[in-house]
Amino acid sequence: MKLTRQDLEAIAAQPDVDPPEWIRVQLDTGGIAAGAESAFSALANARNERHLSFSLLRAGSIGYSFADPVVEVQSAGMPRVHYGQVSPEVAEAILDQHVVGRKLLDDHVIATRARSLEIGAPVTHVLVCDTGEGAGSKTEFFQFSFNEELKRRGLSDRVQVARALDIGIYDEGAVVQLLPSAVTYANVLAPDVARIVAESIENGRVLDDLLWKTPDKQVRVALRHCGNVDPGRIDDYIRRVGGYQGLRRALFDLTPEQVIAEMKTSALRGRGGAGFPTWMKWQLTRAQPAPQRYVICNGDEGDPGAFMDRSVLESDPHAVLEGMLIAGYAMGASKGYFYIRAEYPKAVERIERAIQEAREHGLLGEQILGSDFSFEAKIRLGAGAFVCGEETALIASIEGRRGSPSPRPPYPSVRGLWGMPTAINNVETLACVSAILEKGGERFSSFGTATSKGTKVFAVTGKVRNAQLVEVPMGTTLREIIYDICGGVLDERDIKAVQTGGPSGGVIPVQHLDTPVSYETLQQLGSIMGSGGMLVMDKTDSMVEVAKFYLKFCVDESCGKCAPCRIGGYQLLQILDRISRGRGSAEDLVQIKRICLAMQRASLCGLGQTASNPVLSTLRYFGEEYQAFIEGGPSYARKMSRAAAGGAGAAAAPPRAAAAPAAQPSSGGAEL
Amino acid sequence: MITARINQIEVQVPEGTSILDGARRVQVKIPTLCKHKDLAATAACGICIVRNKGGNKLIRACCTPLENGMEITTHDHEIVDVRRSTLELILSNHPQACLTCGRNGECELQSLAADFNVPMETIKRYVKDVAPDRSTGSIILEFQKCIKCGRCIQVCQEVQNVWALSFLDRGINTRMAPAGDITLAESPCVKCGQCSAHCPTGAIVENDETPLVWEALHDPNKVCVVQIAPSVRVTVGEAFGLPPGTNLTKKLYAGLRRLGFTAVFDTNFSADLTIVEEASEFIERFVHKRGPLPLITSCCPSWTDFMEKNHYDFIDNFSTAKSPQQMLGVLAKTYYAQKLGIDPAKMFVVSIMPCTAKKYELSRTDEMYASGFKDVDVALTTRELARMLKQSGIEFLALDDGKPDSILGDYTGAGTIFGATGGVMEAALRTAYFYATGKKLDKIELDSVRGLQGVKEATIMVAGSPVRVAVAHGLANVEQVLNSVRAAWKAGQESPYHFIEVMACPGGCIGGGGQPYGVDNERRKLRIAGLYQDDRESEIRCSHENPEVVRVYSDFLGKPLGARAHELLHTRYTARPLYKR
Repeated sequence: MKLTRQDLEAIAAQPDVDPPEWIRVQLDTGGIAAGAESAFSALANARNERHLSFSLLRAGSIGYSFADPVVEVQSAGMPRVHYGQVSPEVAEAILDQHVVGRKLLDDHVIATRARSLEIGAPVTHVLVCDTGEGAGSKTEFFQFSFNEELKRRGLSDRVQVARALDIGIYDEGAVVQLLPSAVTYANVLAPDVARIVAESIENGRVLDDLLWKTPDKQVRVALRHCGNVDPGRIDDYIRRVGGYQGLRRALFDLTPEQVIAEMKTSALRGRGGAGFPTWMKWQLTRAQPAPQRYVICNGDEGDPGAFMDRSVLESDPHAVLEGMLIAGYAMGASKGYFYIRAEYPKAVERIERAIQEAREHGLLGEQILGSDFSFEAKIRLGAGAFVCGEETALIASIEGRRGSPSPRPPYPSVRGLWGMPTAINNVETLACVSAILEKGGERFSSFGTATSKGTKVFAVTGKVRNAQLVEVPMGTTLREIIYDICGGVLDERDIKAVQTGGPSGGVIPVQHLDTPVSYETLQQLGSIMGSGGMLVMDKTDSMVEVAKFYLKFCVDESCGKCAPCRIGGYQLLQILDRISRGRGSAEDLVQIKRICLAMQRASLCGLGQTASNPVLSTLRYFGEEYQAFIEGGPSYARKMSRAAAGGAGAAAAPPRAAAAPAAQPSSGGAEL
Repeated sequence: MITARINQIEVQVPEGTSILDGARRVQVKIPTLCKHKDLAATAACGICIVRNKGGNKLIRACCTPLENGMEITTHDHEIVDVRRSTLELILSNHPQACLTCGRNGECELQSLAADFNVPMETIKRYVKDVAPDRSTGSIILEFQKCIKCGRCIQVCQEVQNVWALSFLDRGINTRMAPAGDITLAESPCVKCGQCSAHCPTGAIVENDETPLVWEALHDPNKVCVVQIAPSVRVTVGEAFGLPPGTNLTKKLYAGLRRLGFTAVFDTNFSADLTIVEEASEFIERFVHKRGPLPLITSCCPSWTDFMEKNHYDFIDNFSTAKSPQQMLGVLAKTYYAQKLGIDPAKMFVVSIMPCTAKKYELSRTDEMYASGFKDVDVALTTRELARMLKQSGIEFLALDDGKPDSILGDYTGAGTIFGATGGVMEAALRTAYFYATGKKLDKIELDSVRGLQGVKEATIMVAGSPVRVAVAHGLANVEQVLNSVRAAWKAGQESPYHFIEVMACPGGCIGGGGQPYGVDNERRKLRIAGLYQDDRESEIRCSHENPEVVRVYSDFLGKPLGARAHELLHTRYTARPLYKR
């Protein structure tokens, strides 16, 4: 059925609501790899066997990669909760205990981050989680204490105590969350249990001295619907979460110029890494006279450890498509391409379906929603070349040519795809666009720093306790992201550095962890924002190996067109390899700097210009590690590599960089 | 106009001028490696980096247009340092084989290294061991020496539309190779050698066959004869430091005789012969309506190869007349051998050609053995001849003028302009006009088919009927001409042209793949001017008036297109569709 402006207005006035009872399974690539499909069929089978009536829904991922597969459950009389690590057995237990038995499952609940400061309704459930030293060791003790106390007060029939898998607060001792209000207490000691039961649970009073008041640090814009909307049903997006209202506003309430002005207000900058103001890109493209203009969605995410774009494409494809349509309207483009790497089959499948459904609903094709605006979108697959994320190489690839960069100018906004003005926007950027048009640019720009506005999604991986996607306002510090949101370093080790910006970025040592994240600050530290990969390294990680790992990636991915990148990268890698085998010399360090300079200054595209960043930044902050290899010679190198090979999780390299986050957090020890 | 400053010197250039070209105007030479004057910048090497005031990145001068108010610095400490490092990186990936390289002394990388005074190797050498591709027998791809500038690929794909070469793999393993990683012989390659003519290093060279010629010259049982192609006379001087276009015909006669050739012929003679045959063919088709129009010239072997692979629907339109090289070869081993009583089996015919494809033409079809032997034994390129002359100890430029051998040596102005684009057409029309009308053209110089424009068109009134002709050079320009013919046929109309000349190489044979290195449009123009001057200075300027041609017909061949002419001077074509194995 083709929708019109009036249909969308009616839906906006009266959106659909969720059915009363449902289970939503998060079926993104990470979840599926961890067994989400088995969980889904287990739930479906068990539901039929038990003749239950709840709706079994599909969704993308909320981003809790550490807990995949994740399901969300809404059951009558129960608080709405997420369960993590849901194996088929756990799935059945959820049905029997949660849905039928109205009791929370121990050890799988992920507590809500939307914490409350008041107890509204009577407490029905208590989540406990020990986040202190030796996290988890005292959880059972607190569960027992609460149960005893509740029993003593005759409340055990009314209130259930469950152990949480993750409560979103770390290193704050025992944490207790009361449901359904989500009032949360931290650093709870044994004597506090009686108080909590007596005052909070029984009498509904908030204990101010224990109350956790720190608000959730995440703000979800690009990820706003992720995990909450069925990526395969456009109706869910349109009718329940306000989808395509941003497009409706753009088409009927705003002129293209006003859309660009709205983007200017939002101050959104390209989320692919370079940070070019999105409105300016659109304006330049619009200003170019041409019979045809194009919008390209760059979904060629390839940084090791980065999976933001995949997750957004898989979890909320329509938000991206809507962003593309708005971009097309704003710059007068009538054709769009999704350039998605072929290694993302789920993302491709879901965008394909999104395009098809959008066409059926009159959101693609001629005269969209009854306006004068017409737009067509197509998908092109990238064959797995990292460099094809570079815009001129990407265009070459779409045109069927070898994917290697061309000199700019001319910029794509002047002469791009098939010689026509073209704007290339990253997936996350387009996902923000639809939100900005729906909620207004001012709201978006209220987040962030003076020069970097809005929110940014990061894929935090490496030696971090909870590898996951986070979306935070610009200006949030690295420490907040790693410690407050992601729970700090795995196995309680000391953090050494954070790598940002993928292979084009650099390492940021521990002394700079309190740096607020923005395009500018990261650059000052010798790294870059990049697309949002963030890799945490602990003290056991060798920085020479880290540099080698990233450099090798760029050397493998160099298109080979320009000499400084093609040969410089290779030669640099040879020298690093020499050093890491204890065969380096002081002369090598001079040579490294010389080659790095040539690569930075004389390479044609961003890949080559930045490929040496990991080397330069590790040299800058961890020069003594290079020295140690050079001075220590082969025997030192052997010692280091033995140390790296032995000991669980003590890998000499970021172990989960490439495979994260489909793998579980404990898979240490990968060799580079 | 754009006004900017380069090294503080004000420069005014038209919009779109690159920094590199702008700098040239104020006598600033920015070093480059990958950029070829006639080709679009690929921006591969990174040597031409310069700094614009206020910009935080170095930019490439080859591909960045000058903009108003730019303040460019072309040389400062960092720029020169980075350039040297980049050059050293390139050298670290290049075999150190200069002394034994085909480009020794003429290599752009070598001279850049010399300019930069790269003192010693500080970066460890890494050159992958890859065997050269010798499959065509015409062109050798020395993969190891390739610096991945991409010129050959640009020429092969964009200028020639052949698509034999491409880049394969990536990163340090990136290599230039026939697309699909097959051999060059299996590829769509037409052996035009433009890749070699544009290569800055010794990565693509002709198959050097001078040893075969030396062996024959030193063999007392062989009677060695030689022929010189039209364009060679105005290019060979470049190998000896003379300006392009210098006509050395007579020095060549003398030099070749000194090398030990028993007889020295001129391919210009057989060019006249080709014209007589081809003009007769045209008259047959145009005046007597026997045979399809347009008639298409076939003396360029790369073009015939290209046609057989890509445009075989035009086989019937091709002139069956052999190329001048093959006509001379067959006459040498039949007519000349009989006349002088030489055993043709002992005769060794060498041709000096501007062309790598001529090596392939020697054994193209059975007709190339019409004398009962291989009509031409070895084809050498201009570059190989220059090398032989240098090896021989002959002071080539100081030689007294020599003479060709009679009967296969005299030529007309029409024969000599074969070497320039449009020349065959012009020569053919001079003769065809006479055949059709019995009169000489009022103005025998046809300016409309001269020059470097990719496709040239002209209409000449012959006996009251217009003859529409088209001339294309550079194979990428052929498509347009042939497609307009196809379109007319499809619409049931007459072909827009009656006569089409095609030369594979830009500029015609003077721009051939075997000519001295350093070809660009400026050189092409000078070389062409040399040929037209030779034409102007010729006493006889129409092929059919060549007295020796007339005598060969009366003595030996009979009539143009006659039985004997047909047997010896004509050939056939076969469709060879690509990628059908």
